[in-house]
Amino acid sequence: MLENAFHGDRRYWTWIGFLLVLMGVGAFFYLQQLRYGLGITGMSRDVSWGFYIAQFTFLVGIAASAVMVVLPYYLHDVKVFGRITVLGEFIAVSAVTMCLAFIIIDLGQPQRALNMVLHPSPRSILFWDMIVLNGYLVLNVIITRVTLDAERNGEAPPRWIRPVIILSIPWAISIHTVTAFIYSGLAARPFWMTAILAPRFLASAFSSGPALLILLCLILIRFTKFDPGWEAIQKLALVVTYAVLANIFFVLMELFTALYSDIPEHLLHFRYLYLGLDGHHELVPWMWTSAFLVVASAVILVTPRLRRQKRWLVAACIGVVVAMWIEKGLGMVVTGFVPSPLETVTRYVPTFPEVAITVSVYALGALMVTVFYRIALSVRGELAG
Amino acid sequence: MTVDRRTFLKIAGLGALGTTGVYSLPVLGSPESGPGGHGVPAPGGTRWGMVIDLAACRHDEGCRDCIEVCGRVHNVPHHDDPRHEIKWIWKVPYPEAFPMQQHEYQEPALLGMAVPVMCNHCDNPPCVRVCPTQATWKRSDGVVMMDWHRCIGCRYCMAACPYGSRSFNWVEPREALEHQDPGFPTRTRGVVEKCNFCEERLAKNELPACVTACPHGALTFGNLADPDSPVRRILAGRMAIRRKPSLGTHPEIFYLV
Amino acid sequence: MYDGGKIVAGLVVFLVLVTVPVWLNALAGGTPRAPELELPRDESRCVEPAAVMRATHMELLDTWRDSVVRSDDRFFTLEDGRRVERSLSRTCLGCHDRKDAFCDRCHDYLAVSPYCWDCHVIPEGGTALAAAGGGVR
Repeated sequence: MLENAFHGDRRYWTWIGFLLVLMGVGAFFYLQQLRYGLGITGMSRDVSWGFYIAQFTFLVGIAASAVMVVLPYYLHDVKVFGRITVLGEFIAVSAVTMCLAFIIIDLGQPQRALNMVLHPSPRSILFWDMIVLNGYLVLNVIITRVTLDAERNGEAPPRWIRPVIILSIPWAISIHTVTAFIYSGLAARPFWMTAILAPRFLASAFSSGPALLILLCLILIRFTKFDPGWEAIQKLALVVTYAVLANIFFVLMELFTALYSDIPEHLLHFRYLYLGLDGHHELVPWMWTSAFLVVASAVILVTPRLRRQKRWLVAACIGVVVAMWIEKGLGMVVTGFVPSPLETVTRYVPTFPEVAITVSVYALGALMVTVFYRIALSVRGELAG
Repeated sequence: MTVDRRTFLKIAGLGALGTTGVYSLPVLGSPESGPGGHGVPAPGGTRWGMVIDLAACRHDEGCRDCIEVCGRVHNVPHHDDPRHEIKWIWKVPYPEAFPMQQHEYQEPALLGMAVPVMCNHCDNPPCVRVCPTQATWKRSDGVVMMDWHRCIGCRYCMAACPYGSRSFNWVEPREALEHQDPGFPTRTRGVVEKCNFCEERLAKNELPACVTACPHGALTFGNLADPDSPVRRILAGRMAIRRKPSLGTHPEIFYLV
Repeated sequence: MYDGGKIVAGLVVFLVLVTVPVWLNALAGGTPRAPELELPRDESRCVEPAAVMRATHMELLDTWRDSVVRSDDRFFTLEDGRRVERSLSRTCLGCHDRKDAFCDRCHDYLAVSPYCWDCHVIPEGGTALAAAGGGVR
């Protein structure tokens, strides 16, 4: 199957080459980070997790969101998702791989990473995160491989794959729940220590993931013979709509509890996010952009007349993906550390090497998605026409 | 084969119940705490603790004797970039050390004073709970230890510590050391470190370096499990507070205000 | 087999590349001379026979390290009654006081670079050790 990835036109190879260059640049800076230490990043004693862990958190959501096509298709027999289910699962495989890459990149002693396996510590949520993430990766690799193989041979998938697929549904929920538990179990960080963190993570995941899938489908429709049907796209748009509304609702719940209870150690974090604290306003413009995008996208999505127009739908999907990326990939992690437990505010801005390394991991993900989609489409004979 | 919605919901619900249970059970059990529960070690055992007398400490605002001796005997590097700082014992303004235990009418001298802070060697340490490799753990004598050979540098413990007591080696520590004491190792890039209650001196029946270095006798060290120890005698007679008591970490460092 | 010739050719190139060090050594003419190690002047007994030490000193140090750091178990007694502190820098280097003429020579010869010294400080001569109060008594 993989041989299909090695045949392509000029445009395909230019894109692959572009991604490889980005990965090369990132690899160069990662080697520097290995030599110099994580001091090459903008992280500090007080803000000890930054951009890498934030991207990891965002991407766990993207990975989990595959369930939003798998569940309707396999449990509710939503036939229109038949053509895009495997695309969702391929996004999951790529996103989980990126998550694991970000974790390794963030380690101070990556060559000792196996200590997590050699000295298993079930009391640590990171231990469980390792298990659910790797398990989810294996599940989706098996599922995509087997179902696509069956499709190529023109036969029904083997019966044993169905329980595996059913298992992948609660498993998808578990990866984002456990990832939320990494944060929400820490008494030291009141910003994260909220029971609604896991539901919030899921809501933002189930909006940004399907929105990304819609965008990818529209790109495929434009450049290939692939066509999942407008109904499938609209069904996905409905998923995005409900998830965005749930996410707005959850954020408002958070704001109410923090603002009305007026407990400083909860309040200060939100003040830093939306107003700035002690003269530090790094995140403020981003957070308001995110808030605006979420509301604007929600308005578009709940208006059936707009949601049905491709132009508006694209705008809303881009808005949702960008807004959720800002919320999780920029705001969520850093704000847990600002102010610190000693109530000091430390400025955190990612450095150029940090951003370059991050971009290279995204390039890896994009490369994986490209290759997987190419394989899937060539198996179905839907490639460029 | 099909699974109808109701069956699926049942399975999913059971699964969710199972996983949540797994997380909470070991925490509720808290295997690190002694047989007597938090703060009450087994009779005849050892539970090292410290009492810091702020009244004695504040006589000498500029004094850094405890900080300097600790840095010297433990090869604690001194980085110029505040982002990369390594701190074992250091001083912070009173409101930062006790964010929830201050009011605006308090004695101005107290509010303005610099309080020595360090690892609290909590009886119920969150850092130990989160470590994915058991590179940090609670010894039976109460010291929260670290194994720098095993630490993978994930910094989960730093996120979990409510006292900001842990530092990470963002860059090579040796380049920020003027003198290396051969009696103690330095650290390598990419591991977390913190106060070790001078466990290397306790092994030789010596008091922690900061305690012996303090010219004002502000630091008292001893066995909290022994009712006749100096720390217990002070605590029995005077009102002492701990940092962030509401979190249930049970620090073993006490402050006389 | 599709492209059988290309696959075999690729495998041959691969095999030649991974065995380059062997060929280079063979061309250079036999094994280089084993390193000469400088042994302690006034101590002839190690904690284990020399052959055992040569083969397994790294495992011994690993157990020592775990005993000291993780079990707070710092001393043990040899059969001849000597009490030994489990310490690389105090006990081992207490006798082998020239790391460059002992540890390094062999490690360099075998092209291994243990990371012990990334953290453990190399004592200057034997004098610092007496002050630190460790070693073999």
